[in-house]
Amino acid sequence: MSHPSAMRIFLKTIVARAYPRFVAAYRNRAWLITETLLPLVGTIAMIYVYRALHAPARFLGFVVLGGVLLAFWQNVIWAMATQFFWDRGAGNLELFAMAPTSLAAILLGMALGGAYVSLTRAATILLVASLLFGVSYSLSGLLPALGVFVLTISALYCLGMLLASLFLFYQREAWQLADAMQEPIYFLSGFYFPVRSLGAVVGGVGSLIPLTLGLDAIRQLILPGTPQFIPLPVEVLAVVAQIIAYAVLSQISLRYLERQARQDARLILRST
Amino acid sequence: MDIAVETKALRRVYRSRSQEVVALDGIDLQVRRGERFGVLGPNGAGKTTLIKILVTLLLPSSGEAFVDGLDVVRQFRELRHRIAMVSGGENVGFGMLKVKEQLWMFSQFYGMPSAPSKRRIDELLERLGLSEAADRRVSALSSGMRQKMNLIRGLITNPRILFLDEPTVALDVGAARDVRDEVRRWMAEDPSRTVILTTHYMMEADELCDRVAIVNRGRIVAEGTPAELKQRVQQNSIVDLQLSPGGRLLDTLRGVDGVTAASVLEQDGTDRFSLQLSNDAALGGVMRAVEASGRQILGVQKREPTLEDAFVKLVGRGMAEEEQA
Repeated sequence: MSHPSAMRIFLKTIVARAYPRFVAAYRNRAWLITETLLPLVGTIAMIYVYRALHAPARFLGFVVLGGVLLAFWQNVIWAMATQFFWDRGAGNLELFAMAPTSLAAILLGMALGGAYVSLTRAATILLVASLLFGVSYSLSGLLPALGVFVLTISALYCLGMLLASLFLFYQREAWQLADAMQEPIYFLSGFYFPVRSLGAVVGGVGSLIPLTLGLDAIRQLILPGTPQFIPLPVEVLAVVAQIIAYAVLSQISLRYLERQARQDARLILRST
Repeated sequence: MDIAVETKALRRVYRSRSQEVVALDGIDLQVRRGERFGVLGPNGAGKTTLIKILVTLLLPSSGEAFVDGLDVVRQFRELRHRIAMVSGGENVGFGMLKVKEQLWMFSQFYGMPSAPSKRRIDELLERLGLSEAADRRVSALSSGMRQKMNLIRGLITNPRILFLDEPTVALDVGAARDVRDEVRRWMAEDPSRTVILTTHYMMEADELCDRVAIVNRGRIVAEGTPAELKQRVQQNSIVDLQLSPGGRLLDTLRGVDGVTAASVLEQDGTDRFSLQLSNDAALGGVMRAVEASGRQILGVQKREPTLEDAFVKLVGRGMAEEEQA
């Protein structure tokens, strides 16, 4: 029997799984408030903290860029890592798993669909907060920063795939786990302050999350005067290494955990 | 003989910290290509576990299973191109999507080109009388419409073997009939197609299946055509007895001379006993037992045996009773 190629199925799955997210964003616009306005208010609140402390102007930029990347972290955690858990409850996971597609493609589709909302949120924070508070960026660093941003997001989504397979095993605790990870990640990644402030050890641990080094590199590129955590080329190389490492690990983990899930009846809603 | 599905000593045990549940206990099964094969049994008999193993969602604890000649454990990736499953009461997909969007989405997971997929969706929507609902949101569908949509999802990719797990559960009579009609029509289009259907509706199995396996507590207790299974109770007289509610009478009736099997079902505030009698004379003893119980006889009817009677004879009690056990 001849079938469509694995690559064709992979790409079609990404588009198809992203589709409901695009449609949901279009048909129910409540997210414009919850996903755009409220995070913007949160970012602005943090800017006022720095302003009240008379911090240097670049600190406002730290907060704005942190707010931008935060949108993607939340997409990875809530729209990717915990999704298999929700899909299992709805019965979707069974149908995804028994289709001749890969779970990685399903996850990437989820992330791509969610990225539309994240991009809108990130762009809103970047534009509105920068204009409101007169944050200025180094134009010469914009293009390389965009490159680092793409690398960081890629590494982040590979980490998301790894977390998705792990969360599938935590089942009911996945939601609490994701929730529990939230604040420590904000802290370790230095969303609202330069990661150098954390010191070598804590900053080093935090660097396991691609956002930490990616965010620091972007800040170094477009916010002159950012205290250097580690040299920029090393940060970029480390993010590239994370893409490879997390991509490989997530593939191994998804395959292993799919088998274990078939063994332990975790793909299905059990009923004999 | 061309075999579509075969299992050998298939066993599945669910383990948790506190207990071990044997869901399947040595299932040997052969389903021929082109058959509509029913797996019949009460809730908890192991039907769904069997299906989930055959569709590669669950690994067996031991034994072997082959679907379309492929090992469900080792060749599952290839097998997934050839099968589809539709379960009763499915609430899958995304309520925000329109019916045709949801169906298209699932077809893409099989790599179907979009244009043929959309044509096939339109054709199936038409056949199942859902064309007018094509642009309706999934969340706005009635349960009958939703189940028809789920059936279409299973048929779009043209599987060689279609697994239906309680496909008409909780559907009204009309919707259930439409689902069964479509299964028949789909099978008639291509004699190489096979359907494996689990159900606890005896009438559905009788009406739809070429052959049936009766499963109880993880084992196959009988296998054959519905006619063959009913033949097993043909030598008995089957009598339905409708009585006013009262104290426990089933065991008393089972003990009456000439009663070979008995089951009871509470229906509309009355108790409907189904009795298998080795000869008509046994009815006298039954009536005396009823009289002694003080219950009022609301109706007595002799009828042809059904698969339910075969089940009662094989297992010793009715499906409802077995589910409660």
